[in-house]
Amino acid sequence: MSTAAVDTGTGTGAARKPATMAQALTRAMRDAMAEDGRVHVLGEDVGTLGGVFRVTDGLAKEFGDDRCTDTPLAEAGILGAAVGMAMYGLRPVVEMQFDAFAYPAFEQLISHVSRMRNRTRGALPLPITIRVPYGGGIGGVEHHSDSSEAYYMATPGLHVVAPATVADAYGLLRAAIASDDPVIFLEPKRLYWSKADWSAQAPEPVAPIGRAAVRRTGTSATLVTYGPSVPVCLETAEAGRSEGWDLEVVDLRSLVPFDDETVCASVRRTGRAVVVHESGGFGGPGGEIAARISERCFHYLEAPVLRVAGFDIPYPPPMLERHHLPGVDRVLDAVGRLQWESQWTEGGGR
Amino acid sequence: MTVLEQPGDWRPAPPPSWRPRTDATPLLPDEEPYRLLGTGAQLDPELLRELYAQLIRGRRYNQQATALTKQGRLAVYPSSVGQEACQVAAALALADRDWLFPSYRDTFAAVARGVDSVQALSLLRGDWHSGYDPHQHRVAPLCTPLATQLPHAVGLAHAARLAGDDVVALALVGDGGTSEGDFHEALNFAAVWQAPVVFLVQNNGFAISVPLAKQTAAPSLAHKAVGYGMPGRLVDGNDAAAVHEVLTGAIDRARRGGGPTLVEAVTYRIEAHTNADDATRYRADAEVAAWREHDPITLLERELTSRELLDDDVIRTARDAAERLAADLRDRMNENPELDPMSLFDHVYAQQTSQLREQAAQLQAELDAEGAEGEER
Repeated sequence: MSTAAVDTGTGTGAARKPATMAQALTRAMRDAMAEDGRVHVLGEDVGTLGGVFRVTDGLAKEFGDDRCTDTPLAEAGILGAAVGMAMYGLRPVVEMQFDAFAYPAFEQLISHVSRMRNRTRGALPLPITIRVPYGGGIGGVEHHSDSSEAYYMATPGLHVVAPATVADAYGLLRAAIASDDPVIFLEPKRLYWSKADWSAQAPEPVAPIGRAAVRRTGTSATLVTYGPSVPVCLETAEAGRSEGWDLEVVDLRSLVPFDDETVCASVRRTGRAVVVHESGGFGGPGGEIAARISERCFHYLEAPVLRVAGFDIPYPPPMLERHHLPGVDRVLDAVGRLQWESQWTEGGGR
Repeated sequence: MTVLEQPGDWRPAPPPSWRPRTDATPLLPDEEPYRLLGTGAQLDPELLRELYAQLIRGRRYNQQATALTKQGRLAVYPSSVGQEACQVAAALALADRDWLFPSYRDTFAAVARGVDSVQALSLLRGDWHSGYDPHQHRVAPLCTPLATQLPHAVGLAHAARLAGDDVVALALVGDGGTSEGDFHEALNFAAVWQAPVVFLVQNNGFAISVPLAKQTAAPSLAHKAVGYGMPGRLVDGNDAAAVHEVLTGAIDRARRGGGPTLVEAVTYRIEAHTNADDATRYRADAEVAAWREHDPITLLERELTSRELLDDDVIRTARDAAERLAADLRDRMNENPELDPMSLFDHVYAQQTSQLREQAAQLQAELDAEGAEGEER
């Protein structure tokens, strides 16, 4: 039986009322800016407009244009300027507006942001948070729905995190801003308006970067996932009950550093694993995760580690994206392919 | 035919929001590169002698580093022979509290600013990516990608101004670097933010083998400033006094809140791009010879001689200092650096990840096994 603590991600603070992930993110930046004058927000439309998703709403009004700055439309310039600001002691929080808009900034990211600490033997750490609204499911047109996490994961020196709950949105963003290393903060766009009971007055302590959370315990198999696919996997687990499956759901929360401990402990308990994400499968995060599980849990595995991912195609037009995004049925199908008959017996799990 | 001459019942008014924001004329560079040497201009004798001593050091440093490349002590050395006036003026024009953002060819600018000569060569020697603490002399790491250091300079200058510090950032870039997107984004940010930053383009004629005419169709690189709304200055990059004066003026202007300046220094890369390059494939000997006649040291020597400021004593003092620098560099570079393989895992993150701890343990085991094997033999 599993003994893992279940973190539902809704927290236990007082005076809780429904809040959206976007509101929790705003609150995280607001609290960080209020506590630390070195925290500056910059990006396109983050000031007067409050961001195209309104995630920076009110920050310019409360802290002024110098602390929450509308920049020229130039992602390399934004991130490059943030490097210089960090060199002078500030803690910039950069917004990239949409996932694919970050690509012009990749040279700054990969050639400088990720390796300045290493290059200078620790003399120039870069505490930069790069917020990237990412992923599909909101009907965005081309270049507004990419899942780019594999590119970031492949670059040493970056942390890569993706919240899936309202509480984590707050806690992980606070942790990212407090981190002395650059953090790619992937915000699942289609969860911006997801709600949970959450206390803005007494938000939970900062969630540590690098720790996964078991969102649901189970015994039949582990669904390893993160970001926008977490609710899909939780729904799958509910749907699987009617098939007699008791699925565990691990929300990675952090892709770099990777929490081998929590993932492997879960897979060793269940003996089966499916990795679920919406970015493409070939060369995608799931391959790395499946390999890590296979290397560490081979003798516990009853079936090969399967991946349920987006297709290996450029992100499709919005009228077809529902066919691309991994949904409950596709995850259920994978769970069904885990060769249950060999081990599944009357009366429960392993 | 103008719009007003066209037939029709009504005359189009200008678009409602259109109005010229700035008169472009004051932003335009001079038609000819600005010069001081040989013009009879009033110049500070002490400054001329300091520039001379540093030019001699710079030339000797370039020669010694090139020799070290041939001996295999440096992986590569992008020489700045012929460009020493820009290197020296950049270092001398800055106050201690200011920051310098050099490119890979600007090793001597870093040394002239005080960076240790061996540490300044770490990148090119290959023992570490950047061998000095950037905070010590306020010199950013030598930057290998083109123009990517320019937005860093803008961000730092902007942050300094927000903090109320009168710090200026000086960023160095080559003619090839002006074609990069980061050059554009940095200049645009700097102008919009009125950041206290100065951009010095060392136009040395070639981006590896590609001449300026294939790099840009602009009248000059300094002209590009106008499009951003900042002044462009064109200066003879081999005239150390002129480069120093133009940079000093631009730095003062930035410090007073006047915003950024783009300075183009017209100079020439006397040697090949690096030791891996064959410059005879893309340029004529006559062209190089003409530029040798316009050497920054020759120009300054003529000036000093005409002012009776150059005697044997001045020459000997400068050459002795340069020899000491070269000898020290040679001696220390001929020692094999002691490198700890385990340092591979240092400074990747503030806290090492479990994955890196595992990999460090693997390397340590390999090193232990190598050590044991060595003992058995």
